Amino acid sequence: MTREELLTKLKTIIAPYVQNQEKFKNLNENTDFINDLEINSANLVDVVLDVEDEFDIEIDNDAMEKMLTVKASLEVIENKLALK
Amino acid sequence: MIRQDIIEELPYSKPFLFVDEIVEVDDDHIKGSYTFKKDEYFYEGHFRDHPVTPGVILTECMAQIGMACFGIHLLKDKWDRETIGVAMSSNEINFYKPVFPGEKVSVVSQKVYFRFSKLKCNVAMYNAQNTLVAKGIIAGVAFKK
Repeated sequence: MTREELLTKLKTIIAPYVQNQEKFKNLNENTDFINDLEINSANLVDVVLDVEDEFDIEIDNDAMEKMLTVKASLEVIENKLALK
Repeated sequence: MIRQDIIEELPYSKPFLFVDEIVEVDDDHIKGSYTFKKDEYFYEGHFRDHPVTPGVILTECMAQIGMACFGIHLLKDKWDRETIGVAMSSNEINFYKPVFPGEKVSVVSQKVYFRFSKLKCNVAMYNAQNTLVAKGIIAGVAFKK
């Protein structure tokens, strides 16, 4: 899976939880889920659970804590996919 | 099984404690009850000359039993009332029957998931006739204060 494909899937996953649509339109790798997209921490858990289902991977506490930006999330997903 | 120990750990007190007893609890579900006293403070204004338990209070009762008590059980050793806070993060509840002053209700909460300190449950409330009063989904989080 290319990074472009990963990003498309991640955008679909986070879309229902995004509050700041302007920043979502201009999403890039540095976009922060909480500070830019205004996703709350409870919905961040839903993002992680949806990522687990979509990519059939398991996210542990350490990985979860890193997944605060688009870039960090893509890295976590890539690392977990590589281990499969 | 009456789990008074869980109720004592709750961060609520009168007039905003809506749990009398926990009668069942395991890692998948919890069941508890509360009897709305005839002189609860909110009956004075809800409604004028016609006391009915507000839906937000029924939701709160469902959350205190189905989320807070359940969460304390699930967190086990990690729970500490001094350092851990709880918050409701979302709810979607449908209401089917009114609850009047003096009525006893039972709440049953089934775990959907408990991950990364977030608990999401299917929660239902029944009256003393075992008729469905309210039902829906509630989620909440535990966090370091």
